[in-house]
Amino acid sequence: MKRQTMFLKMITASLLRRRSRMLVALLAIAVGATILSGLVTIYYDVPRQMGEQFRNYGANMIFTPSGSDKLSTDAINKAKGLIDSNELVGTAPYRYENITVYERPLMAAATDFEGAEKTCPYWRIDGEWPSKNGEALVGKETAETLDLRAGDTVTLVYDLEGQTTAAKPSEKAERNQNSLEFKVTGILDTGGNEEKYIFVSIADMESLTGKSDIFDMTELSVSASQERLSDYAEKISSEVDGLSARLVKRVTQSENTVLSKLQALVLLVTIIVLLLTMICVATTMMAVVTERRKEVGLRKALGASNRSIIFEFMGEGLLLGAIGGLLGSIFGFIFAQAVSINVFNSSIQFHWILIPITILVSVLVTGISCVLPVRSATDVDPALVLKGE
Amino acid sequence: MSLLKIKNVSKIYGPLKALDGVNLTVENGEWLAIMGPSGSGKSTMMNIIGCMDKPSLGEVILDGVDIAKESDKKLTEIRRDKIGLIFQQFHLINYLTAVENVMVSQYYHSMPDEKEAMEALERVGLADRAKHLPSQLSGGEQQRVCIARALINHPEIVLADEPTGNLDEANENIVIDIFKQLHRQGTTLIVVTHDPEVAEVAQRTVVLEHGRLVKEIINENFEE
Ligand SMILES: Nc1ncnc2c1ncn2[C@@H]1O[C@H](COP(=O)(O)OP(=O)(O)O)[C@@H](O)[C@H]1O
Ligand SMILES: [Mg+2]
Repeated sequence: MKRQTMFLKMITASLLRRRSRMLVALLAIAVGATILSGLVTIYYDVPRQMGEQFRNYGANMIFTPSGSDKLSTDAINKAKGLIDSNELVGTAPYRYENITVYERPLMAAATDFEGAEKTCPYWRIDGEWPSKNGEALVGKETAETLDLRAGDTVTLVYDLEGQTTAAKPSEKAERNQNSLEFKVTGILDTGGNEEKYIFVSIADMESLTGKSDIFDMTELSVSASQERLSDYAEKISSEVDGLSARLVKRVTQSENTVLSKLQALVLLVTIIVLLLTMICVATTMMAVVTERRKEVGLRKALGASNRSIIFEFMGEGLLLGAIGGLLGSIFGFIFAQAVSINVFNSSIQFHWILIPITILVSVLVTGISCVLPVRSATDVDPALVLKGE
Repeated sequence: MSLLKIKNVSKIYGPLKALDGVNLTVENGEWLAIMGPSGSGKSTMMNIIGCMDKPSLGEVILDGVDIAKESDKKLTEIRRDKIGLIFQQFHLINYLTAVENVMVSQYYHSMPDEKEAMEALERVGLADRAKHLPSQLSGGEQQRVCIARALINHPEIVLADEPTGNLDEANENIVIDIFKQLHRQGTTLIVVTHDPEVAEVAQRTVVLEHGRLVKEIINENFEE
């Protein structure tokens, strides 16, 4: 039989046949590893989770015209093309026009409703999003003024010759006007300026005004880090003529501060758990060594060198660390998943790489925790075994 | 040349002299018994001969080497290569089976060899208990495992400290028979005992009192 076989036999027998004591150490390691791998999973998943949460608070980049000309679809598409399509969560172009409803001057906004739904998830709608041409979303404030409800119809009037004013209603008949009737599908509640507008589709706006391919701005929601966002904004502004991209600072910055604070917290908890695990493993191993002083003395009496004693105890400790790490990586995922589902309402992916990493870390942590106890084992005097008690 | 020569050895613990100027020579193949009351220094002497402790004063020449002057590391080597130990408390590793306990000794000495370990257990009549844990063995059986372990590496000298102290009459006789067999095979045996019956079967008995050798008895009717 090889020496290694005997070595393995001894350390596994010690773990398997002296279960109760080793279970305590194993439990400490497994709990530590569980929390560690769970927190690390959350640590790396938080940015994604938080990113998604924060995008609920709106777009983080906007395109505006850099000159006096408005934005064209070509320019917008060119700018969008510079952003990695995986990172582009949604885009909504906007075009604003002055219109009148019952002689009242109002603002109509044209947008892509699908895009707006993505970039403005915080919009609360009493009713439905418009799904086809001829449908409109009316801001709450305007809806109150005009006494409109979902399901009503409203006629938008556009003055083809220029500015629409309520100053000279008597001249109405002489003016060249265009009007379109819309069905109100929903009332928009945002708490912001949008409550003053009437939103219609881009195609409807074009038929109402007779002018196409002009936009005042575009809102984008991009899932990328602060640096990357800045890079994008810079690149787009310089490469696309007549268009300037900038970040919506307030949201993106708070996203980052909250994120880094959260990550720091997770890191802190991780370190504390790591320390507690080490203390627990070290004390348990110390107790194990004390309990086995006689055995150590005997092994030495039989001719074991200090090196062999260190190898054997370390072997047991590291094996325990590996088993604890394996258990921890599994329970850690379950733990992280539970946290993710309860806190962020979304599930996380299982990263296979975390299994070997957790095992490695827990073997390392156990190894470090075992240094002092194992060293104390080598201090045992073999003469002690002959002193009959 | 004598296998073991103890010259003027003292072991001092503070005010207490556990051994006080002991002189003793043991020849190769000899069977020696050490007797004496409790606390007289018997275990202290065994520890020194067994290279587990060093004398405060004096020389201990084992196989031509003064072990009093060697490093702990060297003493571990000598112990591993030359000494077989039998204990009153057996000191088996409780989570290893009988045969594994024997193999531990092989492991530290050279190579674990299950077949050889089994043969050693057979010689002490324990072949059928080889896979039992110490807790599943009687005291006498545990002591026989301990003996098998002490003999497995063919030591030059076997030290037994009160080997029958925890055994009943029947098991004591089994152990004595094993010692007789060992002696016939030429193994040097030093047996510490309280029990006159165990001392009587040895070739020579020395008596310790308060750390001094006070008496030496040669067994006239020693049967080879
Ligand atoms: N490590 C020690 N420190 C102090 N005194 C010791 C130590 N070991 C043994 N003694 C003392 O030395 C004396 C001899 O002990 P020991 O050799 O064990 O006696 P025996 O085996 O003959 O009963 C006893 O009085 C004991 O208390
Ligand atoms: Mg004693």
